[in-house]
Amino acid sequence: MIHLQHLVKDYGRTRAVDDLSLEVTAGEVCVLIGPSGCGKTTTLRMINRLIEPSSGHILIDDQDISQIKPERLRLSIGYAIQSVGLFPHMTVATNIAVVPKLLNWEKEATSQRVEELLRLVGLDPGEFGHKYPGQLSGGQAQRVGVARALAADPPILLMDEPFGAVDPLTRERLQYQFARIQQELKKTVILVTHDLNEAIRLADRIAIMSAGKLVQYDTPETILSRPANKFVHDFVGTDRALKRLSRIGVEGFVKPANPVAITDSISKIAAVIGRQPSAWVVNGDGRLLGWIDRKSLAQASSASQVLVAQTADEVAISRGATLHEALSLMLGQGVKSVPVVDEQERLIGEVSLSDVEAATVETEA
Amino acid sequence: MSGKQVTSWLILAILTAAFIIFIANSHWVEASLRFLFPQEEAVVLPRASLLEFFWQHVQLVAVSSGITIMIGIPLGIWVTRTSGRDFLPLVTDLTSFGQTFPPVAVLALVVPVLGFGFQPTVAALVLYGLLPVVRNTITGLKAVPWHYLDAARGMGMSRLEALFAIEIPLAAPVIMAGIRISVIVNIGTATIGAIIGAGGLGSPIIAGLIQDNLAFIIEGAVPAAILAILVDQFLANIERLFAYPAQA
Repeated sequence: MIHLQHLVKDYGRTRAVDDLSLEVTAGEVCVLIGPSGCGKTTTLRMINRLIEPSSGHILIDDQDISQIKPERLRLSIGYAIQSVGLFPHMTVATNIAVVPKLLNWEKEATSQRVEELLRLVGLDPGEFGHKYPGQLSGGQAQRVGVARALAADPPILLMDEPFGAVDPLTRERLQYQFARIQQELKKTVILVTHDLNEAIRLADRIAIMSAGKLVQYDTPETILSRPANKFVHDFVGTDRALKRLSRIGVEGFVKPANPVAITDSISKIAAVIGRQPSAWVVNGDGRLLGWIDRKSLAQASSASQVLVAQTADEVAISRGATLHEALSLMLGQGVKSVPVVDEQERLIGEVSLSDVEAATVETEA
Repeated sequence: MSGKQVTSWLILAILTAAFIIFIANSHWVEASLRFLFPQEEAVVLPRASLLEFFWQHVQLVAVSSGITIMIGIPLGIWVTRTSGRDFLPLVTDLTSFGQTFPPVAVLALVVPVLGFGFQPTVAALVLYGLLPVVRNTITGLKAVPWHYLDAARGMGMSRLEALFAIEIPLAAPVIMAGIRISVIVNIGTATIGAIIGAGGLGSPIIAGLIQDNLAFIIEGAVPAAILAILVDQFLANIERLFAYPAQA
């Protein structure tokens, strides 16, 4: 557990952090967010003593960190900054091995750990281990940055805009990957960002800061539904109902989809479709193949003739997705329901627009 | 090391060997100069063989550049640390001053203190060669982007570890460029050592100037120029060892 007690940081006459108290539960992701200059990065850098507070204390597991030698403290805290923090003159493998090397790990153990971490962040060790940061794309570099921070398996991770310098699509992918890794590793994470969607997606708790002060510290759901004051209200924006959808998984809203099999006869398909305009088509293993329009059935002799083939990538969402994704897919495709598939692209059901609406109303109350 | 680098080391080794074999063979040297200057009475300075002059010259350059590097780099590092930052302006001023001084004048100043020969020449050359090394060390270290240092310190490196693992490797190309300039200039400047009896390739040049014998001048000047080219290539090859693929 990390405990910030009445932290103050003055730079000359400006007060960057003003009497900040915060408790971060072990195994949780705490996101510090606020407009630039609100003191969030300063706060983060005080936790690994890159900046010393003017007054106040920081306790990690009840131990005052001002009593620990900074270098020793930092070796037990993972630190990830934007991809630019990778050392350009070292290979990816050497970059990841920096902290293990400082801790005098055995060579064998270090290289094993490097491979393990590269796999964890979804990079092939054989292909990427010997590359230099200059040869990576932005997204790859940031994944290496995360791997490097995790190298010595520290219980705490500090991340300063770790997904900042990439395009929105890559960022979203990195965020989901990070969420998956975090679910597995259960680190205590403090993450600084100015991207509210990122905060909502990743945080167990969000700390909203303004002018050095902590304005609200709560779960994303509470912050979205009950902003503490006008500042938070304005900060989360008028579309907070929409944002809240990205905290809700689709799994609770999946309904049976009544698919037809590609091998079914036309008459059977017609019976299943009934009065509906269309039906999803799966193969023998239950994998989604596309859909069939009811009107097209009249002239057809077999299902494969009239199948509108579409891959799960294009039309379906995975069961780990959020209602926010479901809604954007519906709006993007102009449909009233989207199929939900599992990891093997097997159809498990569908989510409809009315369910999303219901969820919005429900959480508003 | 890439195949390209192996090739450039190989070419350098062959050229150097060919050059040394040529100047070691005094008949070849004399015959070549005789061919160019058939009317001169003597075409090689009889005082010593060209190989001896060459070897003296290499010693002068090696010792003075070695000392320059051993003083210059630590000095440049020190004035960019917290402990030495106050001395930064003083050191840059002094090293610039050292280079604005004509080396001949430096010789005149050090002779009364150190006498004639090898040592005063080395002292003058060190003073003269310090500026590029110190200045490039400072520039190179200062140009290391702060976020690399921030990441290094944030990951738990001590200042010293960050200096050796991050700062110096990243500044190495700039530092190496400074060393290259210093050593190349040094090879040319070392010829003045002959004035106060340090020998070297300056001996035939100065004898040639005094006796109005162009063959002597060529005997000293051309090997000095070739030496400079070979050493420059050697240092360029070393510089390439520090290279890493930049932003793709």
